[in-house]
Amino acid sequence: MKKFDKDRLILGFAGPVLALVSAFLLTMIVLAATGIDPIEPLRLMVENASYEDVQILIVNQAGTYYLAALAVAIGFRMNLFNIGVDGQYRLAAMLSAVVGAAVTLPGPLHLLLIVLVAMFVGAFWSGIAGVLKAKRGVSEVVSTIMLNAIATSLIAWLMLTKNLGVQIEGSNDLTTGDIAESGWFPAVSLGDGLELYGFTFVAFALGIVYWFALNRTRFGFDLRATGASESAAQASGVDAKKMIITSMLISGAVAGLAGMPQLLGETHTYNLAFPVGVGFTGITIALLGRNSPVGMLFAAFLMAFIDKASASLDQNGYAKEIGTIMKGLIVIAVVVSYELVRRYGIRRQQQKVGEELAAGHAMKTEKEVAA
Amino acid sequence: MRQGECVINASSPPPAVELHGITKRFPGVVANKDIAITVRKGTVHALIGENGAGKSTLMKILYGMQKPDEGTIAIDGEQVSFNTPGDAIARGIGMVHQHFMLADNLTVLENVVLGGEKLYGIGAKARKKIKEISDAYGLGVRPDALVEDLGVADRQRVEILKVLYRGAKILILDEPTAVLVPQEVDALFDNLRELKAEGLTVIFISHKLGEVLKVADDITVIRRGTTVGTADPKTATPKQLAELMVGAELPSPETRESTVTTTPMLKVTSLTVAAGEAVVAEPEVLVPAGAPDSSTLEKVEAGRLLLDDISLTIHKGEILGIAGVEGNGQTELIEALMGMMTPDAGAITLDGADITRMSVRKRREGGIGYIPEDRHRHGLLLESPLWENRILGHVTEAPNSKRGILDLKAARKDTERIVREYDVRTPGIEVTAASLSGGNQQKLIVGREMSHNPKFLIAAHPTRGVDVGAQAQIWDAIREARRDGLAVLLISADLDELIGLSDTLRVIYRGRLVADADPATVTPEELGTAMTGAASGHLEATDNHSAAADGDTTEDEAR
Repeated sequence: MKKFDKDRLILGFAGPVLALVSAFLLTMIVLAATGIDPIEPLRLMVENASYEDVQILIVNQAGTYYLAALAVAIGFRMNLFNIGVDGQYRLAAMLSAVVGAAVTLPGPLHLLLIVLVAMFVGAFWSGIAGVLKAKRGVSEVVSTIMLNAIATSLIAWLMLTKNLGVQIEGSNDLTTGDIAESGWFPAVSLGDGLELYGFTFVAFALGIVYWFALNRTRFGFDLRATGASESAAQASGVDAKKMIITSMLISGAVAGLAGMPQLLGETHTYNLAFPVGVGFTGITIALLGRNSPVGMLFAAFLMAFIDKASASLDQNGYAKEIGTIMKGLIVIAVVVSYELVRRYGIRRQQQKVGEELAAGHAMKTEKEVAA
Repeated sequence: MRQGECVINASSPPPAVELHGITKRFPGVVANKDIAITVRKGTVHALIGENGAGKSTLMKILYGMQKPDEGTIAIDGEQVSFNTPGDAIARGIGMVHQHFMLADNLTVLENVVLGGEKLYGIGAKARKKIKEISDAYGLGVRPDALVEDLGVADRQRVEILKVLYRGAKILILDEPTAVLVPQEVDALFDNLRELKAEGLTVIFISHKLGEVLKVADDITVIRRGTTVGTADPKTATPKQLAELMVGAELPSPETRESTVTTTPMLKVTSLTVAAGEAVVAEPEVLVPAGAPDSSTLEKVEAGRLLLDDISLTIHKGEILGIAGVEGNGQTELIEALMGMMTPDAGAITLDGADITRMSVRKRREGGIGYIPEDRHRHGLLLESPLWENRILGHVTEAPNSKRGILDLKAARKDTERIVREYDVRTPGIEVTAASLSGGNQQKLIVGREMSHNPKFLIAAHPTRGVDVGAQAQIWDAIREARRDGLAVLLISADLDELIGLSDTLRVIYRGRLVADADPATVTPEELGTAMTGAASGHLEATDNHSAAADGDTTEDEAR
């Protein structure tokens, strides 16, 4: 039995390692093919990451990505592809910023209100896709992509000054007004004006909650069972429709949190510069981290690293889009290599079972010897 | 080329197929070991052995789907080596698979020419050829019928014709009788004799001994991957064959003493399910594996009754067997009882409590155990470890969880107990369910369902695809629970199992319970008649009330 566990561990690492190595090699090939030095940009990125301020940026970014990845992973575990995390996150950030700016409450309550609004909005937006899927069989892939587009337009419209937007003087930027200081999440100061978002720690803590809820609760078992085989789960007593809606709601609620590190830690308002695409990076991370809370943590850091370390490549005469290429290649490499490893693993295990049974090491006999 | 060989063979016919020293190893497992078989030309040669004995691997080797590690294959005395089924087909070998490979929405003609367009085109010439073959062997195939309108037996004949159309002189039939009722089996055997008379060779794979003795000219027995003997069907008895097959005495499903009590456990009254509504509500449920193959359902039209006024009572300690051709409402009955489908009318009472509107989980907690007909779809999480599969379906019950939190330690421990008590052959409980053999998967499911002391067990094809050893263990488990007052609904295609295990028998036909029988006196043939709708009411040994409900389809089936 120990041997199986070790095997699983090795196979578990084989996927990501294979994916990352091939993604980096491919990146180098792309660079070389376009006549760019394939090593230098990568070296620069590693060098960038050695600066403390870049490291802080990476950690802060990783928190945001981690939340987005958790949201995606909840869907994945249930065999639902919530592509709409991006729209859910942006709409949630915006509306919670509006509410946060409109009220003033004592510290913790103010924060709690903003967070709850964000979760509610995210859940509402993904819940639409959930209800459509459960009641009408609409593919969540299609509906969440469309809801992303609708969210974009809805935010643009809501941000007009005649609606909720506030024009900053001397700037073209529109915001939703500033949140009073009672609604700021305390940061961890590292001196020199370097601050880690406090909410980043909430994000990482949620990873533990995610692990516990999925692996140690009845609800999590039902969710995973439904993801593994809807027909078997149904026969086992899971109400599949309810499960679709519930998991979409939870996924959306977590997606709604993805904007919180930045909103509560830095901008304290939603503005036009709020990052787009966090939800899509979350998909990459969930894939790369195989929905495992630890795997996704590493993946989130990796993505944040590529983002932040490639940002200054421009200054050295290289296109910073190299980072984007790298991220894209990782997605492809992950999908291919995980499937390869998965198939190999299943085959290998079947052989092993056959082998052990043929050799007469069935558990029964072991027990008898032990007893 | 084929013709040429026939000429050579005319003087002293070499065997049609001669396998010698065939060995096939899969990593860690020897599937076939030093197999030697000689099939005489123009005979029906039966290859028997229990599930997992290596029959299928051997046939895959002969059909070019797999290459043997050692050994030789000779066709008509000439040594050959097949790399693909294409090579085998070119040498005149054809295979009729257990699961039909036909496109439902095409006609017979279209299905036959599909992939073989170069042989006789796709038009008049092909039609003529089909007619010719059909007449020559008495297959009675209509080239322009839609396959979806055909019954199982007719489909099988189309499959045979497909193979003959491609010039096969040696036919491999893989468990051809598994899907047929006794009357259809006899018709198939007539066809086989017809083929034989025309000089064709048939290799017939089966584990049903009675049938083998009826049709075969030679019998080869395979056990644990190797040929253990041959038998002459004229002198061999089923018992001898069985002992050759398993190396021990064959288990029988017979229940010894009656344990039926007078306390009703499950009561179903006027249960009715219509097709139309279910389509909208549960798109998945409506395409059960068996339905398209059904011989009696034409098309499932909206509003047609899948279950029509079903009433039955199962007492404590009683096994009620339901006989029927697949697709006559068995799946719907199970799903209605489990709560996976909401009935349109009727009531279900379990142990005095009305459960008609209860959720699946509540019913399971209330004491319904479920051995599903398709264990891969409904009984297991194939890529999850065994202990997670042990939790499946009983996640809310002890020892799997406490107050919403899983108790992995207890679940693992209990999985080990099931593995031990139900003799699940596995190296451990961390392996995935997919890596176990079918019989061991089934034993795990049976063990799991029995571990929660069900009051009522739905056992759908509990021993399908299970080897003889596991079969006996599963029967024992069911019998034992029955002694303790378990009520069982047994649905099976294996009529011997139904008759042997049941206390009461009912026949389902087109969604209705049309007949009942006493398992002590009824024969498989009588049951078969009722299963095709040709008989109804109480089945007595000689007195059949043949008041057929629907004469038209009945005729089709019985032919």
